[in-house]
Amino acid sequence: METKNSKIPRVDMPCQPAAVRRGNFDEVALGYTPAMAIQEASRCLQCKKPLCVTGCPVEVPIRDFIGHITQNDLEGAYRVIKTTNSLPAVCGRVCPQEHQCEGKCILGKKGQPVAIGRLERFVADTHIAATACEQVTGTTACAVPLKDRKVACIGSGPSSLTCAGVCAAAGLKVDVYEALHEPGGVLIYGIPAFRLPKGVVSTEINGLRGAGVTFHLNSVGGRTVAVADLMQEYAAVFIGVGAGLPIFLGIPGENLVGVFSANEYLTRVNLGRAYDFPQQDTPAYPGRHVTVFGAGNVAMDAARTALRMGAESVHVVYRRTRAEMPARREEVEHAEEEGVQFAMLSAPVRFNGNEEAKLCSVTLQKMELGEPDNSGRRRPIPVPDAVYDMPTDLAIVALGTRSNPILLEATPNLRLNARGYIEVNEETGETSIPNVFAGGDIVTGAATVILAMGAGRRAGREIVKRVTN
Amino acid sequence: MPTRILHKESLIPGKTSKQQLDAPQIARKAQPGHYVKLRISATGERIPQTIADTDPEKGTITIVYLALGKSTSMLETLGAGDVIHDVCGPLGHATHIEKRGTVVCVGGGTGIAAMHHIAKGHALAGNHVVGIIGARSKDLLLFEQELRVFVDELLISTDDGSYGHKGLVTELLHDRLEKDKNVFEVVAVGPVPMMAAVAETTRPFGVKTTVSLNPIMVDGIGMCGACRVTVDGKTKFACVDGPEFDGHAVDFAELRRRLAAFREQEAVSLEQWRVSHGD
Repeated sequence: METKNSKIPRVDMPCQPAAVRRGNFDEVALGYTPAMAIQEASRCLQCKKPLCVTGCPVEVPIRDFIGHITQNDLEGAYRVIKTTNSLPAVCGRVCPQEHQCEGKCILGKKGQPVAIGRLERFVADTHIAATACEQVTGTTACAVPLKDRKVACIGSGPSSLTCAGVCAAAGLKVDVYEALHEPGGVLIYGIPAFRLPKGVVSTEINGLRGAGVTFHLNSVGGRTVAVADLMQEYAAVFIGVGAGLPIFLGIPGENLVGVFSANEYLTRVNLGRAYDFPQQDTPAYPGRHVTVFGAGNVAMDAARTALRMGAESVHVVYRRTRAEMPARREEVEHAEEEGVQFAMLSAPVRFNGNEEAKLCSVTLQKMELGEPDNSGRRRPIPVPDAVYDMPTDLAIVALGTRSNPILLEATPNLRLNARGYIEVNEETGETSIPNVFAGGDIVTGAATVILAMGAGRRAGREIVKRVTN
Repeated sequence: MPTRILHKESLIPGKTSKQQLDAPQIARKAQPGHYVKLRISATGERIPQTIADTDPEKGTITIVYLALGKSTSMLETLGAGDVIHDVCGPLGHATHIEKRGTVVCVGGGTGIAAMHHIAKGHALAGNHVVGIIGARSKDLLLFEQELRVFVDELLISTDDGSYGHKGLVTELLHDRLEKDKNVFEVVAVGPVPMMAAVAETTRPFGVKTTVSLNPIMVDGIGMCGACRVTVDGKTKFACVDGPEFDGHAVDFAELRRRLAAFREQEAVSLEQWRVSHGD
């Protein structure tokens, strides 16, 4: 059985053709049909001791939901997923499955692992929740609201949405305070619509609204609403304020006009909908020859966004090689199909401006790989005298973020770790302030949607336990 | 959240107005030096506006703007009773204010209104506040009466001599610093060339000089780095590290260039709006 299934190739995901999709912001991956899903699900060995679940930060009972798909029982599959994952339509699209569930799948040892992410997405997209309660919890028997017990969540990204969902499902009234004018955090301002359509995010948020979660927009944690104020009003507070200041390269010319952080470029296009300028007021900087620095998912998003915004060429510049790129494999492949080029083993030395101090080129140092460093990856070292200029009028720096200081400065009794992020109890997510919890990027530094959700779920369960007892 | 305009007063017809907004949550927390982010409509851009005044008891904040691009031109079409789509704040670091003696607060253009809030904070702290404000001509001078309520002295200049000293605010400032050695700080808010000139005026006197910078900002909450400015050779984020910095250390030339980064798009946006509004 095992050998046989591992020889069956996994079912490909239909996609928009690369030549078409590089001209639009519609979703690239189109999703399985029911027949495709059942065919792929039937590759699953239904292991007695499934390893896939051990790779999932929120422990979705993967084998069981796939079993329901093979029986064509999508409602059952949906309920199983929802027992632990409140945002499956999101996770099915953006999780790095190859390093998580699919990376553990036994079929992957000899062939291709089951396409767990695609199946999760199929279930979430196909079975439409009948009620808000079902959407948030997967069950039809939600708890009776305990009206006087309220929880506040600061931020409305993956960690806060998950925490809010867990609390709402237990009957707690939840108020979410979001600094921007639209809820969703990184799912809205960061991840482009061609990878995660905005409708998927708003469906999840509307589900939470239906389950008694109220969203307060333009409310900055630490500014408009202080943690101390919220503690007066709420039984528990969850801090999920997400990413902070972008990290730049620290090389000369970085403040020339034409050099942007990926956060800025993506926020303008995604949150500001700059692809629809001037119908939308927020513009993006036009670049004909774009360079992107970094090799994670954000770099891929920025590169593919720049293509869609009309760039003639887009180069991802990375000081190591393809093998070390931290981005999801599928994103790298999609980017390449669309025409993104990769300038590997190249490190930026300085940005050069024209007479108007606008970016016109970047000076790059050729690298080669040396001995492995602390991360286990081979360390890039400069090749002597191998320096060259690459013309570019728009450079996008995607090197990650530092912690956001706004809430932390306003909450001096919140204990931080050496890296400047919030210190929490690993088991509960509780901070140094009793009944104040935290999770997501403000605890771990820049990480994935699913890790943030895992943290939100852990804190949410602890809050429910304390508040309902 | 949608925020109602309670009161609007035109200061320079069609160009500059003062709006009082019903924003009790922001008014309770706002200190001199803070700003808010506004979005005029559902398709609008997030623009920063320094808070010119607050009334925590009435729950209001005051903004003063120059109608220059599409967002501010749209704002100018709104009046009392209308609603601004989004108002978010207070943001930025508050002005550092302590009682130390004589402070000179210099303002130009709509920056006079932003300076007003800082000057008021210094007056409430018990400092001797000297205001210096300037404009091209008398009818373009903002906030004179508002400042007179609390400043100890108010010096005025106009380019054409139609009111007060004929010349620049920096000339008044220079004279003052020559005569008065007790000034512990100079605060300047206004157009970039004015703030740069103030910093150059005070530099030989060695007087601490604080400027409030107005770079392009997108989110305003420390996420994007659009607002980075070079201060003392280091990159700072005006939204969370500022917006006030040591004027003697700011790279004003770079700030000017970065402020112009989207000039073409801004022109397109304004033109498209004007055409669709028939003027």
